[in-house]
Amino acid sequence: MNISDLFPQLLAGAAVTAQISALAAIMAFVLSFLIAFGNLSSWCVVRWLSTAYVEIFRGTSALVQLFYFFYILPVFGITLPPMTTGVLCLGLNLAAYGSEVVRGAIESISQGQREAGHALGMRPWMTTWLIVIPQAMSIIWPSFGNLLVELVKTSSLVSLIALTDLTFAGVNLVITTGRIFEVWGSVLVLYFAMCFPLSLFAAWLERRATRFRTARA
Amino acid sequence: MVFDFDFFISILPGLMGGLLITLKATAGGYLIAVAVGLLLAMAGRSKLSFIRWFCKVYVTVMRCTPMLVQLYVAYYILPRVGLRFDALLTGILALGLYTGAYMSEVFRAGIDSVSQGQWEASKALGLKPRVIWFKVILPQVMPVIFLPMGNYLIGMFKETPLLAAITVLDLMGTASDIAGQTYKYTEPYTAVALILLSVSIITSIALRLFRNSAFRWTRVA
Repeated sequence: MNISDLFPQLLAGAAVTAQISALAAIMAFVLSFLIAFGNLSSWCVVRWLSTAYVEIFRGTSALVQLFYFFYILPVFGITLPPMTTGVLCLGLNLAAYGSEVVRGAIESISQGQREAGHALGMRPWMTTWLIVIPQAMSIIWPSFGNLLVELVKTSSLVSLIALTDLTFAGVNLVITTGRIFEVWGSVLVLYFAMCFPLSLFAAWLERRATRFRTARA
Repeated sequence: MVFDFDFFISILPGLMGGLLITLKATAGGYLIAVAVGLLLAMAGRSKLSFIRWFCKVYVTVMRCTPMLVQLYVAYYILPRVGLRFDALLTGILALGLYTGAYMSEVFRAGIDSVSQGQWEASKALGLKPRVIWFKVILPQVMPVIFLPMGNYLIGMFKETPLLAAITVLDLMGTASDIAGQTYKYTEPYTAVALILLSVSIITSIALRLFRNSAFRWTRVA
């Protein structure tokens, strides 16, 4: 058995990793904004709920959350396929971190922008969508880029609930072939091949977002 | 009965033993991470380009591969090349080397925030590099990076459940063991979640209080 025989399984695993990450990223993207708006809401119940959400998902580890979803939801009669469990859990976890990014970015936009919008007779939702969010996005994108790298890495945890992702393929091949150096080496290279371009992309976003600020420093 | 409260109470003493291992792993891993991070940040400013290059490659590789896979690599490959540690020590090393890469960025940013004039003044006074680093630069870096460093401590504490994957009987490993033996999952994992949550919230509050009293003299907000 040589190294090229390992690749079909590993590449299939990498495809699952990419798929889980992509789905969880889309879910987290939408939820981040919802929770951030909840956090900034003027209704205290909504504010408390979103604060509790962020604290719980950031305060317990992703692995615990994954096991909770995988083992405990069925006890309450909710049985989800492993793939859905993985995506749901990673998405909910990432959204807690993402919402803090969004909240920080929105709060960093000067209050004067809102007041100016109000003075021009814009409705609050118009000020938010047309004035505040577009400015906040330049802060949000680079951080989301970095979170995406973290997501791909965290997705390796789904191998522990028997989802056949890249890490799972590695564990499996080590058991069946015993070629530990080749298998783990390839797994590391494949993860690197996914995360490194993403991290370069995040760095590029960061440079782009701050390009007009560096001139002053 | 979905949640058996008596069972929940009965497993707590066993989990406390696991928590102790988790805390040990966090403390050991954190010490290594601080040492590695500081070393990388200092070496990253070296005059020799291959040292700077090495640091960059180390940080990039560590940050672009998952902690779980690094754990497996350390657990399966180190014994093959003659380095035999028990699972806990392997886990501590892997945690430390992984978080060290992140920590170096914290140190780097902190060191960059010290004004260039401090370096020039130290050199003009003829101070040795060791004195410049430990008596002039790092004392000014500490207040700036205290909270980010604390966040990595909490972050690392929440990463330690991964050690269960390489058979360490930490908090998570103990809980999985109990769950596997009794087929009751709700209580052990709820206990783990509550313990992790309370320890991280308490640590976060303690760090804030400590920062406010220890670094009162600085201008850092």
